[in-house]
Amino acid sequence: MATWTWFHKLSSPPHFYRIAGKMIPWYAIPAALLIVAGIYGGLVTAPADYQQGEAFRIIYVHAPAAWLSLMCYMTMAIAAAVGLIWRIKLAHALAAASAPIGASFALLCLVTGSLWGRPMWGTWWEWDGRLTSQLILFFLYLGYMALRSAYDDLTRADRASAVLAIVGVVNVPIIHFSVYWWNSLHQGSTVIRKGGPAMPPSMLIPLLMCFAGFTLLYAALACVRVRAEVLHRERNASWLKELGQG
Amino acid sequence: MSGLTTSLPRAAWLVLARDMRLAFRRWEQVTHPVVFFLMIASLFPLALSPEPSQLRNIAACVVWVGALLSSLLALESLYRADQDDGTLEQLTLSGQPLAVLLFAKTLAHWLLSGIPLVVAAPFVAISMGATGEAFGVLMTSVALGTGVLSFIGSVGAALTLGSRRGSVLLSLLVLPLALPVLIFGARATDLAMRGEPAAGPLWLLAALLILTVTLAPWASAAAVRISLE
Amino acid sequence: MHEFMNMGGYGRYVWPSYGLAAAVLLWNIWSAMRLQRQALEHARRRAAIAASDADRRIA
Repeated sequence: MATWTWFHKLSSPPHFYRIAGKMIPWYAIPAALLIVAGIYGGLVTAPADYQQGEAFRIIYVHAPAAWLSLMCYMTMAIAAAVGLIWRIKLAHALAAASAPIGASFALLCLVTGSLWGRPMWGTWWEWDGRLTSQLILFFLYLGYMALRSAYDDLTRADRASAVLAIVGVVNVPIIHFSVYWWNSLHQGSTVIRKGGPAMPPSMLIPLLMCFAGFTLLYAALACVRVRAEVLHRERNASWLKELGQG
Repeated sequence: MSGLTTSLPRAAWLVLARDMRLAFRRWEQVTHPVVFFLMIASLFPLALSPEPSQLRNIAACVVWVGALLSSLLALESLYRADQDDGTLEQLTLSGQPLAVLLFAKTLAHWLLSGIPLVVAAPFVAISMGATGEAFGVLMTSVALGTGVLSFIGSVGAALTLGSRRGSVLLSLLVLPLALPVLIFGARATDLAMRGEPAAGPLWLLAALLILTVTLAPWASAAAVRISLE
Repeated sequence: MHEFMNMGGYGRYVWPSYGLAAAVLLWNIWSAMRLQRQALEHARRRAAIAASDADRRIA
């Protein structure tokens, strides 16, 4: 019961606006510190990989970007489902805010993957399972954003894009599976390997810092974007008047 | 009152029969996608080379890319006319579960757009140098695959109903979701043409079809309601 | 320093990756802040219009 009232309170726009505003520095400052420390660790203190030499250092931006792009899609779909089922506008705002962030990191993941692949594979683009399914994820984001922008009416854009996000998230595992299956038929193992237990701590710790930093950065960005969405959506609400005086 | 109510199977049947009858009156709606399919297939030899050995290598790819694109083209007609003349709105108000009625509509669409492709596919395959023994797998895979495409596409078509730009947007939404069909279908066809057993990808296609048929109508129903709001 | 920039011969792949990462991070921060600024500006303007309307009605 207590959580329910808390949930309701948080989903009221003015309350959310205040809370999220207070939370931003708590996400942004650790995010900045972790990303700077992680990238310093990755570029300077981590030893070169015995197989891939210095080129493996791309992992410190490539892998967190891959993680973030997938996490954004999951967040988007869950928020969209919450918004569709309980008709919570804030959840729709979160879904809408996540899409451009996720798309930008999917693109980053693709380009860094290509830059990594060039010295390893000898080509800019290899139809490797991971990269291909990342490309499809990027297309899914583009479709979602295209559908949103095709509607003038915000409520309908919210609800239609929510259905698409849910259909998409059901499809993501199927797409992953089919792409891996397809890939395993046509070529051998992939060169880009993500960190496993084999990674020594001097390599792993900066990577984990980057993962945490990127995730916190997403939280901070989502707060800012959802706040802006709230201002836009609530433009006729009375609580905004105080803001005008302030 | 009881005389006015229609049972659900009967309502679904009526929707299916109506769509079939309308399509037989407007025949070009059925023939245009097939013609498009044949035209796409004829592009490949022109762009690549008339060399039979090369064409045989890409035969499965040609059939599947063609089938995918032409069933995308056919999706445009799934709801558009019914939205314009108010039929779709009547369906949502009929008191019957909308998902089931849309299932019937999509089934009709699959019969009208998928079956012609199933018939046309062997001719394309022959022109690419395929031999007769692969036709069973080819036609089964195209039948299953176009079924999945119709049902996934019905969600996309319903989502774009209320938006300003239709067809390009529809392709953007549906193509990434349709890739597993392309992968499994082309693989099955390719295996069959090489004379290897193709049951694996065919079963995967069948599983995909079952999953899509059970889930997609609900999403389509939600999308139609949103578009008509 | 030169050795660090060279990255064992992989510098021309590593540095563009990090450069692009920086660009994506900065774009995200910039676009989020721009949205927030625009939304606030818009809200202020609407509130000001509403306030002046109310004043006129009183006068």
